Amino acid sequence: MATLPQSPDQLRTAFGPHLNLAPPDGWDADPVPDRLVETHCCFCGQQCGIKLKVKDNRVIGFDPWEEFPFNKGKLCPKGVKRYLQGNHPDRLTKALLRTPEGFRESDWETAMAHTVAKIQEIQGKYGKDAFAVLSGVSLTNEKSYHVGKFARLGLQTKNLDYNGRLCMVSAGAGNKKAFGLDRAANSWEDIEGAEVIWVAGSNVAECSPITTDYIWRARDKGAKLIVVDPRITPLARTADLVLPLKPGTDSALTNGILHLLHKWDLIDWAFVNAHTHGFEEAVETVKDCTPEWTSRMTGLPVAAIEKAARMWGEAKTSFLLHARGIEHQSKGVENVLGCINMVLATGRIGRPNCGYGTITGQGNGQGGREHGHKCDQLPGNRDIENPEHRKYICDVWGCTDEELPRKGQSAQEIMNAIHAGEIKGLLLLCFNPVVSLPDNLFTAEALSKLEFFVCLDFFASESAQFADVILPSALHEEDEGTSTSAEGRVIKINKAVEPPGDARPDWVILNEIAHRLGRGKYFDHFTSPEAIFNELRVASKGGTADYYGITYEKIEKHMGVFWPCPSLDHPGTPRLFEGGRFAHPDGKAKFVPTPWRPPMEVVDAEYPVWLTSGRVVFHYLSGTQTRRIGWLVEQCPNPYLEIHPKLAEKYGLQDGDAVEITSRRGSLVLPAKVVMTIRPDTVFIPYHWPGNLGANRLTARHLDPVSKIPEFKVSACRLQKTTPDRLPSELRELQRMAFEARTNQAALPEQVF
Amino acid sequence: MAPEPYGLFPESAPSAAEPHLPLTNFDEWGFFIDPNRCIGCRSCVAACAECGTHKGRPMIHLDEMDRLHSPQTAPTVCMHCEDPICAQVCPADAIKRSEDGVVHASQKPRCIGCQNCELSCPFGVPIVFSGLEQMLKCDLCYDRTSEGLKPMCATVCPSQALLYAPKAEISRMRTAQPVREFLVGGLMVKTKNALMVPDPEAPLFLDAALLIEGEL
Repeated sequence: MATLPQSPDQLRTAFGPHLNLAPPDGWDADPVPDRLVETHCCFCGQQCGIKLKVKDNRVIGFDPWEEFPFNKGKLCPKGVKRYLQGNHPDRLTKALLRTPEGFRESDWETAMAHTVAKIQEIQGKYGKDAFAVLSGVSLTNEKSYHVGKFARLGLQTKNLDYNGRLCMVSAGAGNKKAFGLDRAANSWEDIEGAEVIWVAGSNVAECSPITTDYIWRARDKGAKLIVVDPRITPLARTADLVLPLKPGTDSALTNGILHLLHKWDLIDWAFVNAHTHGFEEAVETVKDCTPEWTSRMTGLPVAAIEKAARMWGEAKTSFLLHARGIEHQSKGVENVLGCINMVLATGRIGRPNCGYGTITGQGNGQGGREHGHKCDQLPGNRDIENPEHRKYICDVWGCTDEELPRKGQSAQEIMNAIHAGEIKGLLLLCFNPVVSLPDNLFTAEALSKLEFFVCLDFFASESAQFADVILPSALHEEDEGTSTSAEGRVIKINKAVEPPGDARPDWVILNEIAHRLGRGKYFDHFTSPEAIFNELRVASKGGTADYYGITYEKIEKHMGVFWPCPSLDHPGTPRLFEGGRFAHPDGKAKFVPTPWRPPMEVVDAEYPVWLTSGRVVFHYLSGTQTRRIGWLVEQCPNPYLEIHPKLAEKYGLQDGDAVEITSRRGSLVLPAKVVMTIRPDTVFIPYHWPGNLGANRLTARHLDPVSKIPEFKVSACRLQKTTPDRLPSELRELQRMAFEARTNQAALPEQVF
Repeated sequence: MAPEPYGLFPESAPSAAEPHLPLTNFDEWGFFIDPNRCIGCRSCVAACAECGTHKGRPMIHLDEMDRLHSPQTAPTVCMHCEDPICAQVCPADAIKRSEDGVVHASQKPRCIGCQNCELSCPFGVPIVFSGLEQMLKCDLCYDRTSEGLKPMCATVCPSQALLYAPKAEISRMRTAQPVREFLVGGLMVKTKNALMVPDPEAPLFLDAALLIEGEL
């Protein structure tokens, strides 16, 4: 039974997070590296080039990689300090088995034999689909492809999904509906020449810092910047137009803009007539979305809405970027389609300096969503329910149609099914759901109900601590492979060091499980990441995400190749849709109408304040890695509640006061951070922390009906001032750790509180 | 559809806006600090600490200006004064400015750790490190720049708020204006590095409450 085997304090002592503060031999060692490995950052979707300094099989530091064309040496602080995830005191190097007294180290054979026996027992008793796989897209393309094949043909379960379900699925579904293909439409080079840049629901400066320079280069050539976000983020601070709309009203705004574009005849009729379908219906849908209506819905002034429509409509070139702010909603797909409708109506796509893109969140959020990692998908972004697509993949894999499972459940639905007792076993990798899924008390309860839970991870994440078996896996720098950046550029991750102890790459572990399950015929030929990639190339051939023409050699030679790349002599496709040719069978793009509907949860008398969540620049996703890197924790040790002084005054709150935040799911006590840069009807919490510090204690399991993304960005809450002694002990401990990292003194002086 | 060459492979790409001028020419290259672009990520500080000779100690800093009112942050590196006050007030004559205009960290045998430099610098740059009892400061990454590399902070800065570029190119690259003269306490301080000053006409709206309709 997968409850926690020990108290949270005991688990923290055993597994951290502890802080890694310095390179392997300390700051004074001054070692000369044996070699520099050109690779990429392990964190966000920008996949910046970086050189890792290696000595004696340890990564000892970094050097900027100025030749890599995307970032030219630029790095955010997570990239600078990423090397400290290696040689870490919390690193798992042996398999761990749960016992009544806690976890104990195990030899590999015992852990593996136990895991396979339990998988067979559960599948024998309850059926193949009662064992689920949840995975993630910090994995390379090779591993993502491999997990998809492992679940379908190794475990023979339909229930595989991934943490991109919390990230890119709204954008992906919107892109497929409108364009017939799911990828940012341009390389970022096209940002620089755009006259207007529209950024919707993206804290670019903190979540994709390198993109900031692309936007500034455009601004230095005269571009105007419009930022749509309930908060005035660091990029929005100097924007030409800031639209701090009410959370959950993004499609109201895009509908209002489309209404005005049509009313003022700022439509590229030649483009619309020649290259699109459905414009009339889209316009009919927004006929009542006047500026006054849009103002009532979004809380933005009529003048600001009209100015935005004028700036967007009159530009000759433009680039529209959006991210999780609009996508993490129960109408995430509609918000994406609303943005795309603005782009299509003005015909500004598929030519120089005219572009559109969703900013990928996770490292391989692009490539990891293309090759069969999703519950409804097969490699090459094929549809698992399409008979032709199934046949193609069955031929590549050498299996029969009966052997290939059909569509399974999405990530949150899998967790719901675990909670309901329908799914009994779980294999988890590259995913920390007790931090990153909404409603964290529900998730913890669900994991506690599993009959068997095996987790592959390099640190014992908060989710891994619920497992029966933890198998130590490899870090990003301990394996090679490819990844696909936010631009759609396929890049090469190079191995810098060997994994320590018994740790090994995920694909090696899954290969072994498959082999022991008697399914080796589908996996035994995978002897290297390149062998997996070469099968992926064939499996993706002819799909929309076609990698057939991409090889390791070609990627290294050109520092990345943009898919689609259907043949070996093809140079790749940095800019999609040139000449107005889209990926639907008729070559046209589709306007999809987005009639207004409210978020699943709205404020009321009991829960009168909007709650939204997001990231800070110093941490990455569930914090499994960044909460273990001393310098990053020093900069931002703990979460807080951002609140406008007007709202703070209403509750008698001063900066630093403890405030209890309660939603229909639970409550948290956090320090208040009083800032004028957020709407006075909205509060914000960064989400990187677990349990009593987790923004996801408060968020709801409401899903977009199409993409199944949870509505992280819109909830209703109430606030109450409380006393500092109610701040969680975990928060005090984080502040103490940060203080120790900064001063080398273990005890926090009294006056800090 | 026949594949078209897109000209975006590195060998055919014009290396973006990167000018081609040997980096070792200190007179031709300028360091430009633009707080308007700063996103507060402290990548500059993190990377400075990682530089070979710094051993975990950053020589530069970044300030949050007034978080209640604005997310504005500002990095501070040494401005490399023409007549550095830190050197003027040093009783041990431990601080030297080389002919190329770079003001260096104190000379170890001379520095007495008195902190005069710390107290006198108008930009708050020199630091006397406890344990070392020596003043260390930003030296424009002399070890890197003299070998043809950009300073570390300007290399990594994601928003290029810290920019190392040919002085002749700056008016083409940026709309903000470089300033190299600062009136500090009645003293005109002239510097090698430039602070970028934005168009004074551009308004900033920083209270979200003033940008929306309706009452709380």
